[in-house]
Amino acid sequence: MIAGLLASLARLVSGASVFFLSGPPDTRQRIYFANHTSHLDFVVLWSALPAPVREGTRPVAARDYWERGALRRYLSEKVFRAVLIGRGGTGSVAEARTTIERLVAEMGDRSSLIVFPEGTRGSGEEVAPFKSGLYHLCRQKPGVELLPVYLDNLNRILPKGEMLPVPMLSRVVFGRSMLLAPEETKRRFLERARDAVCALRDP
Amino acid sequence: MKDPALVRLVGGILALLVVASAVGAVLARKARSEAARAKVANLNARIRAWWLMVGVFTIAVWTGGIGSIVLFALMSVLALREFVTLAPTRREDHRTLVWSFFVVTPLQYLLIAIRWYGLFAIMIPVYAFVLVAVSNVIAGRTDRFLERTATIHWGLMVCVYCVSHAPALLILQIPGYRSNAKLLVFLVLVVQLSDVLQYVFGKLFGRHRIAPVISPNKTWEGFLGGVIAASGIGTALWWATPFTPAEALAMSIAITLAGFAGGLVMSAIKRDRGVKDYGALIAGHGGMLDRIDSLCFAAPVFFHLTRYFFTP
Repeated sequence: MIAGLLASLARLVSGASVFFLSGPPDTRQRIYFANHTSHLDFVVLWSALPAPVREGTRPVAARDYWERGALRRYLSEKVFRAVLIGRGGTGSVAEARTTIERLVAEMGDRSSLIVFPEGTRGSGEEVAPFKSGLYHLCRQKPGVELLPVYLDNLNRILPKGEMLPVPMLSRVVFGRSMLLAPEETKRRFLERARDAVCALRDP
Repeated sequence: MKDPALVRLVGGILALLVVASAVGAVLARKARSEAARAKVANLNARIRAWWLMVGVFTIAVWTGGIGSIVLFALMSVLALREFVTLAPTRREDHRTLVWSFFVVTPLQYLLIAIRWYGLFAIMIPVYAFVLVAVSNVIAGRTDRFLERTATIHWGLMVCVYCVSHAPALLILQIPGYRSNAKLLVFLVLVVQLSDVLQYVFGKLFGRHRIAPVISPNKTWEGFLGGVIAASGIGTALWWATPFTPAEALAMSIAITLAGFAGGLVMSAIKRDRGVKDYGALIAGHGGMLDRIDSLCFAAPVFFHLTRYFFTP
């Protein structure tokens, strides 16, 4: 119930109009990936999903942010069932591998994920190059569809470093699903994924 | 609703909607071609939305002053969010926008609720004017400073200050006239009828475009037909107002002309930003600002004409 209320609140604040370029998604396991400009991003993306899909979709979020304070911990654990990962760290290969293994384990064979492959929030004008995590995740979960999503105007509603959102209107555009091709190189795949998000800017 | 004149006024509006729905149903049955069917479907969507809008408005007026104030406050917030979404504001304007949404807008309507006319009339033109500029200075970004600052203040003026003059009619004290809710209904009815009738006359007889660059659908025939017909209806409603029939005619003409100007100005802004509608809030009508663009200009003009000529 709290999830439903929170989703309605997120929709109200963000004034989001939602577009599905190939129809609303079903509950099949997927990886949703989007541009990242605001703390509102994953809540709004999550609230834009049809309720049954939302229940099985877990955001990947930063541990240091979501484990601070009782409310954030409650929301991330009980409501969003977020998969919390460390950021920063030493950036070592071993560390990255552990993170990917955790994501794969948390997905199981049912849960979908919401990821922001830029890694950090951008200014909203440009979509930054994607980090390689998305590629490695797909390697571990071949056959799981990727769905690009473009989040428009959320950076103006709640920019980096601000506490209160300004209730402007926003857009959430779900694109067409894609897969990692068998022989695709990391660079090619990450560019293709980033282009898929950028292409939704003016559908 | 104790006032029989108000009951008659609202009853008349509902009767009008019943007629409109009946006409819509007949047209839907008659439409043969694909294009005609789409046109009629859009018309019927608009009529259904009118039922909803009239329902909400009636309930608000029914609850007396506070209901109307809350309704118009919400309309202001929705209009302002549409305006700001299209405006070229930047990250540095965030704090200023927070002030606008969460302090200035509620305060403006609070001033109506506590009947403080003196501050109501100057709060946004004076204090918000200073506040917006200072807040943007503190944010410390100078490029396009004037444009960003002016745009935010303009949004407050149009979406909040102007619109708030409609419910402010409720606090005017007109000798020998009771229950000002009728005046509010009169204003909204004449403005909206003028919009609808301009659309209808334009569709039926429109030939000569009045402002082709700004609003390709507005024609001289629609403009004149709408203004004359709406003013005629406004005159016929003189019994619900403190005006004589001649005064009601003059007021109606002022309302419809200001409303027409408001529609044109808001269209110009939309063209500049390259969009057709401000939003998609009301089915068939676009956004809130698309629906109340005429009211934005008509409300303050009507308020001050009434205040100047009919209050001591």
